[in-house]
Amino acid sequence: MLLIVCPYCGERPEIEFSYGGEAHLVRPKDPASLGDAEWADYLYARSNPKGVHAERWRHTHGCARFFNALRDTLSDRFLATYRIGEQRPDLA
Amino acid sequence: MSANFRTAEDGRIDRSRPLGFRFDERSYQGFPGDTLASALLANGVHLVGRSFKYHRPRGILSAGADEPNALVAVRRDEARYTPNLRATQVELYQGLSAESQNRSPSLAFDIGAVNDRLSRFFPAGFYYKTFMWPRKAWERWYEPWIRAMAGLGRAPTLPDPDRYANRFAHCDVLVVGAGPAGLAAALSAAEAGARVILCDEQAEFGGSLLAESDATIEGKPAATWLAETVALLALKPRVTLLPRTTAFGYFAYNMVGLAERLTEHLAEPDPALPRERLWQVRAREVVLAAGAIERPLVFPGNDRPGVMLADATRTYLNRYGVKCGSRAVVVTAHDAAYRAALELHRAGVAIAAIADLRTAANGPLPEAARAAGLPVRPATTITGTGGRLRVTAASLAPLAAESDRRGAEPLTCDLVLMSGGFTPSVHLFSQSRGKLRFDGELAAYVPGHSVQQERSAGACRGVFGLAAALADGAAAGEAAARAAGFSAARARSFACHASGFGTGGIRSVLPNAHGAKAFVDFQNDVTADDLVLATREGFHSIEHVKRYTTTGMATDQGKTSNMNALGIVSEALGKPIPEIGLTTFRMPYTPVSFGILAGPSRDELFDPVRTTPIHDWATAHGAVFEDVGQWKRARYFPAPGEDMERAVARECRAVRQSTGIFDASTLGKIEVVGPDAVEFMNRIYVNAWSRLGAGRCRYGLVLREDGFIADDGVVGRLAENRFHVTTTTGGATRVLAQMEDYLQTEWPELEVWLTSVTEQWAVIAVQGPRSRAVLEGLVEGIDIASRAMPHMSVAEGRIRGVPTRLFRVSYTGELGFEVNVPADYGRAVWEEIFEAGQPHGITPYGTETMHVLRAEKGYIVVGQETDGTATPDDVGLTWAVGKTKPDFVGKRSLARPAMRAPGRKQLVGLLTEDPHFLLEEGAQILAAPNQKAPTKPLGHVTSSYRSATLGRTIALAMIAGGRDRMGEMLYVTTAERPVPAKVTSPVFYDPEGARLDAA
Ligand SMILES: [Zn+2]
Repeated sequence: MLLIVCPYCGERPEIEFSYGGEAHLVRPKDPASLGDAEWADYLYARSNPKGVHAERWRHTHGCARFFNALRDTLSDRFLATYRIGEQRPDLA
Repeated sequence: MSANFRTAEDGRIDRSRPLGFRFDERSYQGFPGDTLASALLANGVHLVGRSFKYHRPRGILSAGADEPNALVAVRRDEARYTPNLRATQVELYQGLSAESQNRSPSLAFDIGAVNDRLSRFFPAGFYYKTFMWPRKAWERWYEPWIRAMAGLGRAPTLPDPDRYANRFAHCDVLVVGAGPAGLAAALSAAEAGARVILCDEQAEFGGSLLAESDATIEGKPAATWLAETVALLALKPRVTLLPRTTAFGYFAYNMVGLAERLTEHLAEPDPALPRERLWQVRAREVVLAAGAIERPLVFPGNDRPGVMLADATRTYLNRYGVKCGSRAVVVTAHDAAYRAALELHRAGVAIAAIADLRTAANGPLPEAARAAGLPVRPATTITGTGGRLRVTAASLAPLAAESDRRGAEPLTCDLVLMSGGFTPSVHLFSQSRGKLRFDGELAAYVPGHSVQQERSAGACRGVFGLAAALADGAAAGEAAARAAGFSAARARSFACHASGFGTGGIRSVLPNAHGAKAFVDFQNDVTADDLVLATREGFHSIEHVKRYTTTGMATDQGKTSNMNALGIVSEALGKPIPEIGLTTFRMPYTPVSFGILAGPSRDELFDPVRTTPIHDWATAHGAVFEDVGQWKRARYFPAPGEDMERAVARECRAVRQSTGIFDASTLGKIEVVGPDAVEFMNRIYVNAWSRLGAGRCRYGLVLREDGFIADDGVVGRLAENRFHVTTTTGGATRVLAQMEDYLQTEWPELEVWLTSVTEQWAVIAVQGPRSRAVLEGLVEGIDIASRAMPHMSVAEGRIRGVPTRLFRVSYTGELGFEVNVPADYGRAVWEEIFEAGQPHGITPYGTETMHVLRAEKGYIVVGQETDGTATPDDVGLTWAVGKTKPDFVGKRSLARPAMRAPGRKQLVGLLTEDPHFLLEEGAQILAAPNQKAPTKPLGHVTSSYRSATLGRTIALAMIAGGRDRMGEMLYVTTAERPVPAKVTSPVFYDPEGARLDAA
């Protein structure tokens, strides 16, 4: 079971959280101005990297807040968690 | 009468208290401290099972968790019948009753053994090759045959009556294995002040020390040092000792699963005790001290009862006081077998010969054997064994003449000791995702690079011998404590005198292992030839060889076989072992029960049950309930003698003709509040909310961003900045999560607060032409006259003194109200309304009637009419979509070409030609009655009911281009034949909506 650091509550077990898909996909301000292909890309295309992945989590059974995390999909280790609206941390 | 192979003294058994037990209908005697295996061996019983595929007689090979052969079932009663237990791990208790498996009718005479003589018809990949053709034979012959032959044990037929506990724990240092390395590690870590958990799968701590005969530690006999050390650890308040506890899985972030067995060893378990306890331990640091497993040798007839691992016979002798035979032949590639031979010799077992596969046998142990007069034969191999149910002879031959079997010399014996060296137990290390490294000298994999906060110590990382294991364990304990933040940690050192461990053990597959039955995997009956055949047939990766031959795939996961299998494949392919690869070690290390994994989550605790404030009233009034998610909902209220159909017909008529009362408390409710509430609602819902006045309601529809319907429900605007949102019963969590998601991550600038109030409000629906009359006398401060309170309005006031949010809404098509009151008053207000409704014939109704009434009106149920691929237009709800709003969740997706393409499935009604024929929900709809399969159906039936009001059956359906098919006759599949049904409007009753105001 993973240990996840909620930026608001600290280290908590995985069962308190739900996964929210890839992070930093900003909903377009004016969706109507997008072509069908662009909109489909926003809806469906995901980066699915082997390695560092920025993703959303929600501390559903805790503070109920969404936050972002960097997780290595190869090792399944969390490298960082940070609040919505904050910059993706530079791991280098 | 069985023979007695018990020594006169020694061992850790309590000889003062004999225990009676049964094995296969025969009675025997053993002692406390015995395992079933040691007690059987003490009685001269080696034959304990039949093998899986060939039904060959099999005996006890090992003395521990690695045992592949001696699988037995232990039966306390039919509900506590446990199959496939290793006899080497079953602790003896008074009255224990065990039976052998895979035999019919008896162990000594088994008809399945015919497979053995037919074995040339059962090569590697037999299943894949044989059961391909003809297809028909599968059901009739192959499958029943495989099931009958291939079962491993049988399951109990009654539910498990025992209780299983579950516990979470944290510690600084978890030590797995309480042998010398583990004990030393625990001491070092505990003395540094760390919180320590020490677990071991056995009943007693000590590991190899339990079978130690002559070693001393710190000047004391090993057994004394062991007792003192365990006592010392037990006194430390920050140390938890867990015997009979198997670390079965190593999970992410240093979470280790432990299975503790609390009552399995007791003759009469205290019923108050749980049978097993699952520990989920989160450790800062882990020390793995799991020991090593002796490797069998692969030679013809190596599976005959009486052929045993050499070191196991030492354990039986020193720990249990059992001689495994009276005349032994020893075959070895490792010095350790000499130690076994010497100790057995001293106990009075004749050693017929020690065949050493190495060209020279010169270490201190071989020299000691020679000095004791044991016949040591270097460069000698074993070519086979004789005997039927027990070994009676072993044939030895010089290695030089290995191809010439005539050179073999049969020696009479009743015991064969074999040793191919030792394989470090890297299972947990590998589960932790650490990288293994091949050690050529040991011919084994050892822990290489760690990924988690763990370290291995002692034999499980290839450090053998008592003194070395103690030192290695102490160092690992110190390092673990230091890493966990205890900087004062220091490694203990132990003065230790023990006979050397010796060296050797690389060659496990003997030269003449081919062409005869030389077993690699005992439990799955895989021979050396099977593996070679697999490589010849093109399987070159060990993962493929494993699956094709099933080697290593039995319940022991190849503990004794994997390294030998690798060696054979490596030889056959002419490639070094590291290039063959290694199969994955998976949890559990040894099998764990379903009971311990389920823990308390069974029966009524399996899933939480949610009930409404009116639940007890419904129960008292005879309601039949149905499960809707976790909710219990009253489905119908049968009068005496009524079945569901008649009860529902009566309830439906009551609502249409006078009034019904319905518990709608399970509806999801969310309060949306704040200065930006209306803007938020505009963005989340398809509807336009800006011009909805306070005190008015609207049917709301939520889409997902992909444009498909997510949920629906009536929304009331209580004030400028306050909405009372309802959702479907099952959709409440999902809708709130979607709202929170957008609010928190996309529009954090909006000042809106979302509160789930599902359980705060009880909802009492009063529906029917008499509903206003029923409520009139009860409400205070609300004018419920039609002019003051029209359809789709909401008002706050009181009902019998209780604050209420009164909605005038209808999910039935009749004049109706939904009375919301604080949940604690739900039952009281329900009873007041029920009382006031008596003169009007008020009738309680359930979800089934609710469904019929809404279907008569063509109202959809999200998740029944919709399936996650329906747009608002598909189900005829285009009218709900705010046309002038620039954006809302899902709007852009509705404009995608596929969402507007002709031929999408649309909601329609279906009326069967036979007005009494009830279609099945989910049935497929065809254009013609005799379409040949395969055919693409036009759609499917989503709802189907008998309508008492209409005097016939009705159905809703999603049909391609449905709205253009009005009046068409289509065909709906049934179990017998397609039946004709006409496409109609989905609104069957009162299409003008006149009844909403009929009173
Ligand atoms: Zn939190």
